[in-house]
Amino acid sequence: MTVRFVTAADDLRPAYDLVIVGAGPAGMAAATEASRTGARVAVLDENPRPGGQIYREITRNQPGARQYLGADYWKGKALGNAFAESNADYAARATVWSIEPADEPRDGERHRVGVTIAGAARMIEAAAVILATGAQERPMPVPGWTLPGVLTAGAAQIALKSSGVVPAAPIVLAGCGPLLYLLASQLIDAGARDMTLLDTSRPVLRWESLRRLPGFLFSPYLRKGLGLLLRTRRRIRVVTGVRSLEILGEDRAEGVRFATARGTSTINASTVLLHQGVIPAINLASAAGCPLAWNAAQRAFQPVTDAEGRTPKRGVLIAGDSAGIGGAQAAEIAGRIVAVAALSDRGLVARDVSAALINRLQRQRQRYFRGRGFLDALYAPRHIFLAPPDAQTIVCRCEEITAGKLREAISLGPPGPNQLKTFVRCGMGPCQGRLCAATVTEIMAAERGTSPADIGTYRLRAPVKPVRLAELAGLPHAPRALKAVTGRDPVDHHLNETELPS
Amino acid sequence: MLKRLREIEEPVSFTFDGVQMQAQRGEMLATALLAAGIGHVRRSVVSGAPRAPYCLMGVCFECLVTVDGLQNRQACLLEVEEGMVVESQRGAPDVLAHFRDEKRQQP
Repeated sequence: MTVRFVTAADDLRPAYDLVIVGAGPAGMAAATEASRTGARVAVLDENPRPGGQIYREITRNQPGARQYLGADYWKGKALGNAFAESNADYAARATVWSIEPADEPRDGERHRVGVTIAGAARMIEAAAVILATGAQERPMPVPGWTLPGVLTAGAAQIALKSSGVVPAAPIVLAGCGPLLYLLASQLIDAGARDMTLLDTSRPVLRWESLRRLPGFLFSPYLRKGLGLLLRTRRRIRVVTGVRSLEILGEDRAEGVRFATARGTSTINASTVLLHQGVIPAINLASAAGCPLAWNAAQRAFQPVTDAEGRTPKRGVLIAGDSAGIGGAQAAEIAGRIVAVAALSDRGLVARDVSAALINRLQRQRQRYFRGRGFLDALYAPRHIFLAPPDAQTIVCRCEEITAGKLREAISLGPPGPNQLKTFVRCGMGPCQGRLCAATVTEIMAAERGTSPADIGTYRLRAPVKPVRLAELAGLPHAPRALKAVTGRDPVDHHLNETELPS
Repeated sequence: MLKRLREIEEPVSFTFDGVQMQAQRGEMLATALLAAGIGHVRRSVVSGAPRAPYCLMGVCFECLVTVDGLQNRQACLLEVEEGMVVESQRGAPDVLAHFRDEKRQQP
């Protein structure tokens, strides 16, 4: 079998047993596993080719040509091949903007998935939906972060994987987390020059990280991580203990001013790459009505799921990093677990078969959880980069709402981020809060002297991605929807239309 | 802002604000613009400050451009196609301009 490529909304079936959103490691694995059972599976993904961000262009890149991407990247090759041989319907360049209960539930609850492909919208039905929407980078609001020339470290890595391009020198990488060192190492191997890494991590010798060290000593990340650190430090300038950052420039980034315990310095930069870890991409799950919970160790909201990915919303399951950060290999196994769970819940896989399979997969996955706690604690961002102290720093990039304006509005007493949003418009631009939600919660928690868990985050609604009115108008409408708008019975409406003088 | 490590092998031509540019076939528009040396692709709808692609993964909406007459396309999710006409977006669109023109034309 091979996947059936779907390039137009009309080419999708009206209904599937399983709709998977996202073709990264979790989505590809879920599709591969599910299609083995003979279930009708659709994979909807925003990008032109499968792989997600971590295995971006894995089906096109060949190890010989882009060796610098490293062994972990090429691990995605086998999964990409397995997915290509599955019998799923695969729609690339497809944007999913809503998930809602179907109007007329037939065999139990069904879901309606709103998707746009090639400019046309469509609603398809699914017995179960798996969200494998992955992660996004945690916003790092510092003065000047909206200037052209500033990108996320993830963006630089995506450009390297997909186009073999590197940032213009001098390059400054700033922030914390394993990806920053991995990117530095890949960029050097690819031929980038003149790079400085400003490490904003807090000191390693802290109780929160040390008490989690024993787990890390047996983790698959240990050797890889240490090797990466040492290799990077030998080859580029690394400044540790960076406790404040400011990107300088008028119309584009020209330099970075930073402070350590030893004082303040300024360096030139043409490109600044920011990163302070990744957080689950929760917009679609949240808009689908899945409750969220605060993960204190990873300092982020994530959807509430059981060990097999089920949310409290029946038939909506979540796999991989979008349910909590675990990395690509854990996400791949999670994709398989969640697919089996979803199909078994719908009676498409026998219970005893699914239980045995899930049990085995969960033991496999355990290996990748080892040491995660240490990494999370080690790379916990400094508070100054979570809640910018400088009043002029932009927090909401779309609406240009500054930290100062937010603090002013918070002092007026809105109960949470949703009310704050109506006060100042933060989170109301096209990104729909993806780049400010985390910061707004952190600032509000700090101002109120409470935990982000108590503050909560934006309530999100469909469409989670902008949809053109023409696309919505082009959808077939239920009779009661037509009546709600026209005030007339749809039959009358139709007659009237044909009676219009030509 | 981005630098190519190798020459373009399979070129695709497009224009940005009327200037002819080339990209590698299958390349995403946002990456192609950055690799072509474009400083910014739009001006903010609030202050008019210059903005450029930031996340390259569909999250930040900084790379919004007009493509073949259609506004607000995410350049990071769009492959470059031969003959594509790409324009920068300069601040907030003046949605009332059309009606003002109509009024002026009325006697």
